[in-house]
Amino acid sequence: MYEHLETAANRDQLKRVVVDPVSRVEGHGKVTLLLDEHNKVQQARLHIVEFRGFERFIQGRPYWELPVLVQRLCGICPVSHHLAAAKAIDQLVGVDPANLPVSADKLRRLLHFGQVLQSHALHFFHLSSPDLLFGFESDIGKRSIIAVLADYPDIGLQGVKLRKYGQEVIRMVSGKRVHGTGAIAGGMNKALDKAERDYLLADIDQMIAWGVASVALIQKVHCANLPYYDQFATLRTNYLGLTKPDGGLELYHGGLRAKNAEGGTILDHFDYCRYNDIIHEEVRSWTYMKFPYLLALGQENGWYRVGPLARVNNCDYIDTPLAEAARVTFKAHANEAMVHSTLAFHWARLIELLHCAESIKVLLHDPDIMGTELLAQGEKRHEGIGVIEAPRGTLFHHYQIDENDIVTKANLIVSTTSNNMAMNESVRQVAAEYLSGRELTEPLLNNLEVAIRAYDPCLSCATHAVGKMPLQLELLDAEGRLIDKLVKHSDGQIGRV
Amino acid sequence: MPVKPVLVFACGNLSRGDDALGPLMLEAIERQQEQQAQPLELLCDFQLQIEHALDLQQRVLVLFIDACVAGASPFGFTELSPAKDNSYTTHAMSPAAVLAVYQTITKQAPPPCFLLTIKGETFGLGEKLSPAAEQNLAAAAGFVNGLLVDLTTSAWRKLIITSA
Repeated sequence: MYEHLETAANRDQLKRVVVDPVSRVEGHGKVTLLLDEHNKVQQARLHIVEFRGFERFIQGRPYWELPVLVQRLCGICPVSHHLAAAKAIDQLVGVDPANLPVSADKLRRLLHFGQVLQSHALHFFHLSSPDLLFGFESDIGKRSIIAVLADYPDIGLQGVKLRKYGQEVIRMVSGKRVHGTGAIAGGMNKALDKAERDYLLADIDQMIAWGVASVALIQKVHCANLPYYDQFATLRTNYLGLTKPDGGLELYHGGLRAKNAEGGTILDHFDYCRYNDIIHEEVRSWTYMKFPYLLALGQENGWYRVGPLARVNNCDYIDTPLAEAARVTFKAHANEAMVHSTLAFHWARLIELLHCAESIKVLLHDPDIMGTELLAQGEKRHEGIGVIEAPRGTLFHHYQIDENDIVTKANLIVSTTSNNMAMNESVRQVAAEYLSGRELTEPLLNNLEVAIRAYDPCLSCATHAVGKMPLQLELLDAEGRLIDKLVKHSDGQIGRV
Repeated sequence: MPVKPVLVFACGNLSRGDDALGPLMLEAIERQQEQQAQPLELLCDFQLQIEHALDLQQRVLVLFIDACVAGASPFGFTELSPAKDNSYTTHAMSPAAVLAVYQTITKQAPPPCFLLTIKGETFGLGEKLSPAAEQNLAAAAGFVNGLLVDLTTSAWRKLIITSA
């Protein structure tokens, strides 16, 4: 590991290189590198520059507003927050997961599969395929979905249409593209009618076929570049996520499972309502973002990864046949119990995309999906915890309410926070292995971004307003004087200031 | 379902201060729509993405509305051209980049597209619209009323604001 690069001993005598923000990730991230006089990296950190304020945003609101309100936390995964909040407020109205009406449970799963499918499609085709198809150090003009559409038109178009299909699943189930109110406390507020079901069924076989092709593509790219792909930014870590009671891959509801780097079980079938007993969050002075860790292993050894790589590593099987076959191939390629390659996140992500497409088809053919008994009721409680597997990993929503149904306490652990330590470790590894002693160039710095991007982080859920996201690269000498500065404007133009 | 010939597409987040400018302008247009039926389809999303290129199909005129941080004017109005900019490298694309995606996947020029930008100042989670943004929204609303009077490309081109 490269923890020795978290804090340099002689920071005052080092040059500072800033990449702000990291592009192709949600919101603002910033990588700072402190270099010595020989351009050797002495310190590398991934900063989160915007305090999220999620809990403060939620406290003081009536609980029934939450499924809609929390969608505004993130423009990329609003449905994930929507469903995690819905699961938590189910408990506030006394409805446990087992008591949710069957049709409501299946509609929520359909909604979730649609969300994960579109999110994974966006990440692979739009954000990562330019790096993977053209090379990490290719010309910046090549690294875009437009270039992919031009050079690989079929692949690019599949990405656009897979993304669109996932959005259509969300629209059919929740009634709107965004700000939908599909899930409410104790169930769902809208049934799926036959016309909507048939509309989604019309294209699902094509989506499955494209999912199969996507998995074949990433497998080909990954295996064509061994051992590089198995070594780039790779970490031997613990992994955390939900699984089914029998150990199968689970995205909506299950027990917590954690495995170590050798595949040994740290915990299994753990009730997520007791997450506070096993997960603590460490605060460090140089970043707003916390560092979660498994209490039993301590701060130093207890950090873990979440998301597609963790889920596909942790599960014993996948309950859809094409994705299961892909999982078996995926696990076999590493020749050990767990796949640790950071770039294998992409492969695992596409296995999940395929699983989502297959699962959507299964649900659309299930008569329960058009059921109209959608609400359950119970006795009011004052605390609710909802956990789901969001596209980027395990997402925790925890609320307490008072007698007037007002949220008095909220705690959220978002997926990107769980991957915070791992992303920092990957940055340090890439900085040490690929940048030390070399002149800094944009393609080299893209290697850092490639490592971060593999986790598909959602750093701040920042706004997108026109002109909000310049990329800035500064080089300062040991006295802190600016000696060079590159600015990447929001329209992509790069200029030296 | 038949596609309406004119699309108005607003971007933004109602709970992030002045980022709400786009959705709020769309709400104002929606209220106006209730009183006078126009051939408009109104869409809103947090941000633009690749699949939104498909929303441009079969349109004759498109208006994007978004908050902006640049310039001194309360609002701006420009005609868009497809541009292969590097907004592809974020989770949010520029309107011009969406046009470029459309052009690439359909092999056709996009329909005439215009961008209304409304100046914002603060974008924090849970923040209300800033007083300056409220004024800018009101000013832009007056301009939009003029736009909606004549839903033709030639009429909109006459209203282009050349400098911010």
